[in-house]
Amino acid sequence: MAETEKTPETKASEKMVVKASEMDPRFKYEISKIPGAEKIMLCFQCGTCTADCPIARFDDFYRPRKLIRMTQLGLKDRLLSNDVIWLCSTCFTCIDHCPQDVGIASIVRALRNLTVEGGRMPLVYQELASNILKTGYSYEITELRLKKREEQGLPPLPKANLENVTKLFEITGLSKMLEKVRT
Amino acid sequence: MPELKYLVFLGCVIPYRVSSYEISARKVLDKLGVELVEMAEFNCCGFPMDPINHNLMLTLAARNLCLAEQQNLDIMTLCNGCFSILNEVNKELKEDKKLREKVNEYLKGIGMEFKGTIAVRHLIHVLAQDVGFGKIKDTVKKPLTSLRVAQHSGCHVLRPGKVVGFDDPENPSTLKDLIAATGAKCLDYMDETECCGNPISAINSELPLELAREKLDHIRAVGAQAMITVCPFCHMMYDLNQVRIERKFNEKFRIPVLHYPQLLGLAMGMSPDELALKDLRVDASELVNLL
Repeated sequence: MAETEKTPETKASEKMVVKASEMDPRFKYEISKIPGAEKIMLCFQCGTCTADCPIARFDDFYRPRKLIRMTQLGLKDRLLSNDVIWLCSTCFTCIDHCPQDVGIASIVRALRNLTVEGGRMPLVYQELASNILKTGYSYEITELRLKKREEQGLPPLPKANLENVTKLFEITGLSKMLEKVRT
Repeated sequence: MPELKYLVFLGCVIPYRVSSYEISARKVLDKLGVELVEMAEFNCCGFPMDPINHNLMLTLAARNLCLAEQQNLDIMTLCNGCFSILNEVNKELKEDKKLREKVNEYLKGIGMEFKGTIAVRHLIHVLAQDVGFGKIKDTVKKPLTSLRVAQHSGCHVLRPGKVVGFDDPENPSTLKDLIAATGAKCLDYMDETECCGNPISAINSELPLELAREKLDHIRAVGAQAMITVCPFCHMMYDLNQVRIERKFNEKFRIPVLHYPQLLGLAMGMSPDELALKDLRVDASELVNLL
């Protein structure tokens, strides 16, 4: 679906007026310091990322090219309150196809990380994080499953070192962020 | 002949829901003389944490890598996601001294240090490069010449091409060659390298179904009798969710989705039960009857 093929209603509501007061000129520099996002300024808006994005084909709003432009323009508040950034499926097609070698998926990841630092995190990630803290695994593997493994002749599932895992959550600041998100 | 011995990294999705992949992989690797060592105290590879905290992902991955370094063994993953993260972090930490220092500073807190002495492989790399096609063909006792299948390698064993550095991400051939080694015919279809969509299932449950439907549609169009995957997460999308897709779009696919080791195991003469074909959600008994 091309970006121009929109129904009249969505066209009107989506029309984006950019006000100078919304633009934070430092934002692109902030982003460019994040590993993987260094080449944000090299994007010349060719749109290959959007054209080849499997999600953009099926979703009317997820447009990687647009996210990169908004980042360059410094529309920080809009980006960090926009649920659309959570739609990237990290297939890395954009990274492979970008003629400027802009790490688009990594920039989207940087935007997500900043959103979390600001205290917003989709519920599913809170659940995944809490599972890892509790068990070392991102999904809760039930007793029934563990018993079935035995019946199927599979070796017992190794127990994670939860002390280490908890420590890593603390050192990298995610424990604090999880508290912040929950309150 | 060098000794083929790896630390097996199971990750989370396989023990959570996709044991059939693990069961069949262990069986065929054993037959090929590959020794798997269990990885004590491993934790989530880190992939699911990257969207919320890149540094946590780096340290979770690095901790797993350190465990492997302590045993002085290469890691073999069955999951594309685990491969992608562990391989990328391993590579970055080896090449980027500044990043390595930063991550090692974090790891000090748990008494570990990344040294960069091991490699990370995916099952298909181990099969294609270490075991080799000659040896695989030698173990094929019952060539599956009556089968026509389609492969789905999945994104993270191919992309980003620069990081993975294996196969051609635009026109991958490894899994096709591995399928051909079983005697089955591997068919080409439209958009073979397209993502399964599963990573965003928990954010938007409907959109990935559209992606998966399109893939199943393309596979059906060329007349494939089964789909072959090498990632538990992709497998869930096409096998576990196939009924949902059929219901949502009022279509019937009934395309069995086999893990590659199940296909290879059948060609080695193993029984469908041994390879846990019964655990598949889409019934594969008709397919087995074709053999």
